[in-house]
Amino acid sequence: MSLKSFVQKIPRWMLLYYGLLVLWLGTTAMHIPDGYLSPVTSIILFVLVLPFWVRGVQKLREKMSARNIPIVALFAAFSFVIMMFNVPLPGGTTGHAVGGALAAIILGPEIATIAISIALIIQAFFFGDGGILAIGANCFNMAVVLPYVAYAIYQAMTKNEAVNSKRRVIASAVGAWAGLTIAAFIAAVEFGIQPLLWHAADGTPLYAPYPLSVSIPAMVIPHILVASVIEGLVTALVIAYLIRVNQGALEMVNKAEVATETSSFAKWRGLWIGLAVLIVIAPIGLLAPGTAWGEWGAEELTSLGLTFIPKGLEQLSGFWSAPLPDYDVPALGNANLAYILSALVGILITVLIVWLFSMLVTRKPKPASEVTPSK
Amino acid sequence: MNPPSFSSRLKSRRGFIERTLTDINDVLEQSIFAEKIARQKGLLQALDPRLKVASLVLLLLAVSLSHRLTVIAALYFCALLLAVLSAVPLAFFIRRVWVFVLLFTGLVALPALFITPGPTLAHLPLGLVITRTGARTALFLLLRVGASVSFAVLFILTTPWNSVLKALGVLRVPDVLVLVLGMTYRYIHLLLHTANDMFLSRQSRILRPMNGAEERRLMAATSGTLLGKSLQLSSEVYLAMESRGFRGYPRTMDRFQMRWFDWVASVVVVLISGLAIWAGR
Repeated sequence: MSLKSFVQKIPRWMLLYYGLLVLWLGTTAMHIPDGYLSPVTSIILFVLVLPFWVRGVQKLREKMSARNIPIVALFAAFSFVIMMFNVPLPGGTTGHAVGGALAAIILGPEIATIAISIALIIQAFFFGDGGILAIGANCFNMAVVLPYVAYAIYQAMTKNEAVNSKRRVIASAVGAWAGLTIAAFIAAVEFGIQPLLWHAADGTPLYAPYPLSVSIPAMVIPHILVASVIEGLVTALVIAYLIRVNQGALEMVNKAEVATETSSFAKWRGLWIGLAVLIVIAPIGLLAPGTAWGEWGAEELTSLGLTFIPKGLEQLSGFWSAPLPDYDVPALGNANLAYILSALVGILITVLIVWLFSMLVTRKPKPASEVTPSK
Repeated sequence: MNPPSFSSRLKSRRGFIERTLTDINDVLEQSIFAEKIARQKGLLQALDPRLKVASLVLLLLAVSLSHRLTVIAALYFCALLLAVLSAVPLAFFIRRVWVFVLLFTGLVALPALFITPGPTLAHLPLGLVITRTGARTALFLLLRVGASVSFAVLFILTTPWNSVLKALGVLRVPDVLVLVLGMTYRYIHLLLHTANDMFLSRQSRILRPMNGAEERRLMAATSGTLLGKSLQLSSEVYLAMESRGFRGYPRTMDRFQMRWFDWVASVVVVLISGLAIWAGR
């Protein structure tokens, strides 16, 4: 089949549609304005990003005390300015970078979260770029997902490499590319669940109108091809430049700290692997018929042969209606998929709560030179 | 082959330096203009900044929660009224909001007209069919984004940035973060000027259009140098802070005082947003 006949087979509206979306995504990157996400989504994302802010501020206080304040401020200002730079791409077009991967490589992901968040908050509050209610969402995508993913990949690829190694350049590019692509995917999921969960009585979507089947390819494909390439390009070029002229900047992340963190992961590695295996094999339960023993609802008790329902149970069963009843998201249309999605949400919330709790319990005594926020 | 004429080359090769310079200058111009309006006499300028931050969040929530187009439109009308009462030039205000919204959100909302399933509203050439549901959802998105951006822009235009920072304390933002925010805002301007100078000095020495590889090299060198300057500056700033007696925690000088006018305004805001949330259910 020739290319011409292939192109003719694609409906024209589809060409128009994807053309416009690529155009939009190439120019706006990922600053979500207010109005795209429902308030509930915005609040959930605030809740998700909060522990990372706490972690970042903790790190700020413990690591280099008050000296860190100007470093973060200047780096946030730098992130803001670099978001203004037009990056020349092959083919004559230009685009913008976020700079999240660069911040993560130089400051470490925890402090990068703070620096990028501040740049995003200033963009929202002082320049009207990106929504104010959507700050949680924007910070989660660009100040958490992007730097953490980029940093993990960069660390994994440059373990025990010299500071001036070529591998660092490649690792930073791969990290930045993957980080922004995954952040775009997360943003696409945030957009895509809007029409499923929030619509008017007549079915009109109230917020971002496209389902996951449209939002994911529309966000992820242009990022893979354009925006993430820009991010990778900028990060790699700047890292290469720093290797040439300013290697000190690359050694700012405290080596000893990285080492202790990996060793604490290594200590519990068996447990983590075990948990991961359990999570992966958990959906096998979907194959089993029936209900878990002792977890019968009121209707199931009748079908089990019980002639009456305890009054208390009957009254209490309507008392609490869960956000995802029966682990089902009716709008998704596929019970198994919804079940797995519910499971993922559950795992995420559980891990977050445990982590928050452990952070509260194992909080280190404050060093004398630290920053005290109180007056 | 004849070389292209100067003007056409200028048009076709408006390179990344010019675009970056334009972007940087736009940001500087915007913030200077905002400070200018913030100093004028007007309704919003007279209000307590803490109240303004809280009202902004409340009104954005009202816009965001509404399930009715009419309620969002009414809230947008309130924003226009506030602009008039606060000496914000109306034409400028409408243009600033809608050029941005139509350019970006308009493009996003456009395909929704056609691909959202629902009863037919109109037929277009090329076999395109606009559905009623599609038109409604596109309108929802556009109006919601337009109204939200309008409130945010009004806030930005009528509030000097240093009072925004102090007001962020209302949202329980820790002092350290407010301090960092303030320093960041200050140094954004310094770094923007520095970047502007670096690009301008390079631009003024260009004899021929650069090719892509050269442009990318220049971009990387500028970013890297700027990064180095930022890091160096940060240690100098720290020394300067320490030598002036910075002990690791910030202090804010002036306290805000709520006046009767602020209390009236807060009651009005709560009433309007409460009404909007109730009517938009």
